[in-house]
Amino acid sequence: MIEIKDLHKSYKVGKNSLHVLKGINFSVKEGELVSIMGSSGSGKSTLLNILGILDEADQGTYHLDGVPIKNLNEKIAANYRNKFLGFIFQSFNLINYKSAIDNVALPLIYQGMGRKDRMERSMAYLEKVGLADWAKHKPNELSGGQKQRVAIARALASDPKVLLADELTGALDTKTSYEIMDLIQGINDEGKTILVVTHEEDIAHMTKRIVNLKDGIIIDDSMNEQVKAIQNV
Amino acid sequence: MFSRDKWNEILESLTSNVFRTVLTAFGVFWGIFILVILLAAGTGLENGIKRGFAGIATNSMFMWSQTASKPYDGLPKGRRYNFDLSDVEALKANVNGLEYVSPRNQLGGFGGANNVTKGLKTGAFDVYGDYPDVINQEPMDIVEGRFLNMNDINVNRKVAVIGEGVVDALYDKDEEALGSYIKINGVNFMVIGVYKKKSGMGRDIEEAQKQIYVPFTSFSQAFNYGDRVSWMAVTADDNHSITQLKSQVFDIIKKRHRIHPEDDRAIGNFDLYEQFKKIQGLFLALNLVAYFVGILVLLSGVIGISNIMLIVVKERTKEIGIRRALGASPWNIRGQVLLESVFLTIISGMAGIVFATSILAIVNFFLSNMEDNSEVMFVNPSVNLFVVVVAMTILIISGLLAGFIPAQNAVKVKPVDALRTE
Ligand SMILES: Nc1ncnc2c1ncn2[C@@H]1O[C@H](COP(=O)(O)OP(=O)(O)O)[C@@H](O)[C@H]1O
Ligand SMILES: [Mg+2]
Repeated sequence: MIEIKDLHKSYKVGKNSLHVLKGINFSVKEGELVSIMGSSGSGKSTLLNILGILDEADQGTYHLDGVPIKNLNEKIAANYRNKFLGFIFQSFNLINYKSAIDNVALPLIYQGMGRKDRMERSMAYLEKVGLADWAKHKPNELSGGQKQRVAIARALASDPKVLLADELTGALDTKTSYEIMDLIQGINDEGKTILVVTHEEDIAHMTKRIVNLKDGIIIDDSMNEQVKAIQNV
Repeated sequence: MFSRDKWNEILESLTSNVFRTVLTAFGVFWGIFILVILLAAGTGLENGIKRGFAGIATNSMFMWSQTASKPYDGLPKGRRYNFDLSDVEALKANVNGLEYVSPRNQLGGFGGANNVTKGLKTGAFDVYGDYPDVINQEPMDIVEGRFLNMNDINVNRKVAVIGEGVVDALYDKDEEALGSYIKINGVNFMVIGVYKKKSGMGRDIEEAQKQIYVPFTSFSQAFNYGDRVSWMAVTADDNHSITQLKSQVFDIIKKRHRIHPEDDRAIGNFDLYEQFKKIQGLFLALNLVAYFVGILVLLSGVIGISNIMLIVVKERTKEIGIRRALGASPWNIRGQVLLESVFLTIISGMAGIVFATSILAIVNFFLSNMEDNSEVMFVNPSVNLFVVVVAMTILIISGLLAGFIPAQNAVKVKPVDALRTE
């Protein structure tokens, strides 16, 4: 599903250049639930942003579901993000003047789906994350866990090939974090490919494979005996 | 493009900061308001001045004889001559495109001595010997009796049509003017009509009511003018302009009176059409000024909108980043900014148009309710549909212009950087 080879990325900081990713080789097959682990500043988000076509690598190749991702213009990039990818962020990134259901419906608007279909579908996903009763509420009326559920529903709405989650539990307390991870595990069990970036050991151990990133290279990439989040709730 | 979702998005984002939206809208509101008011004021002034010309055959000129300024055909320079009735016939017969050629003789006027008496009252009035056609060139309302007719001309009736100003000066309050006699330079004329003029023909409207019209023939007879014609009012028909026909008219007169063909000072004339054109040119200039000022004010409003849109885009950088992560294309983003700015511009512009036209309606209401508004320079200040269409076009274009730079800014930021901003 994801195939990257020899990926490099540097940031310009003043006159210097900060080499963040120093040759990443990595692939993800369909249906996997992978966590990218590493301490703060190790380049996890940088990698995830490149995988999410929000940013571009300086060097290396990236294939998403067999499609080469290279020098895309913004229009095509937007289309790929819409079709292939679902994002979940640490800070939820909901649009605060839109109700929960309208937030979920946003990717569908960009797909050009009609209003009726869109609303039905968004409602179905809100039901899936257990928030059907909160559809008309604005984000500021929801708890952190509820916000992240809306964000997950939104990421799922366009039925993407891959879910990309950056520190999705970073802003939540432990109990809520595990509830969210339980949801993620459920979605993965239904076959969705999911990539989770985290610096928390316990979260990483709830995935099926842990990729350890340090100083811009992968130092470890191994299968993991998945801990079911529900046990900890 | 104009789906319900788009409108919802626009309304959502505009209502998220109502106060700022209203302040922003005010600039454009004001600009279009001023544009419409200026254009309407121009129209009102134009209507006012045109009312001064109302019903007057503007395609006319007045001509009178002066003295020959060049020797010609054995005749010396400085020679006096007069138009006569055969000139009138010659012009009618030889110049194609003339509608009326009215000869006129005149007594008094320009602060002359008292020349009209009735009983013990006297007054100084302009007295014209005219043909009935003159009513088509110098329209007036006959408020009592009738105007001159060809019968009066043919049988030299000593009758007179007098203005309301003359009635006021010569008659007691309830005295009946019709059928009474007035003495003009000692000759009795019977009053057969009273007129009221709406236009002063470029002169004081008050003065225009103090004139007396008598048949051309009886005038000549009573005051010994013979065949003489002091001046002529010449009107061209709708297919010709008097300014073009003028030289033909002059050539015929020159030939008939043995005047040097290049002697331009021998015939005096006042070309009403030319004056009318000049006034029309003035209004064109006035309209241009109105557009210029209005558009400049509007422009500052547009810059205001552009400014606010820049701020809005900046504030919403993160939101735009989120939308792009969810698959919004650059044109989705640009479109929203542009649509928002056009929408804001049009709404505030429409409010300006509505406000301006309401004010105009109120002004019109008061103007038309005035007892005597004949002295008011403004008549029906208004905007026509064309102006509104022009204003709307300007608004849409300005909305697009106002949104253009902000829209470009909105897509300039990389999605990853947009998401990182707080
Ligand atoms: N836009 C940027 N410009 C400059 N430096 C950056 C930028 N984004 C990230 N960095 C730097 O790159 C390094 C890796 O960042 P990041 O990928 O966010 O790490 P992580 O997500 O693992 O904490 C950090 O040192 C960070 O400061
Ligand atoms: Mg990070």
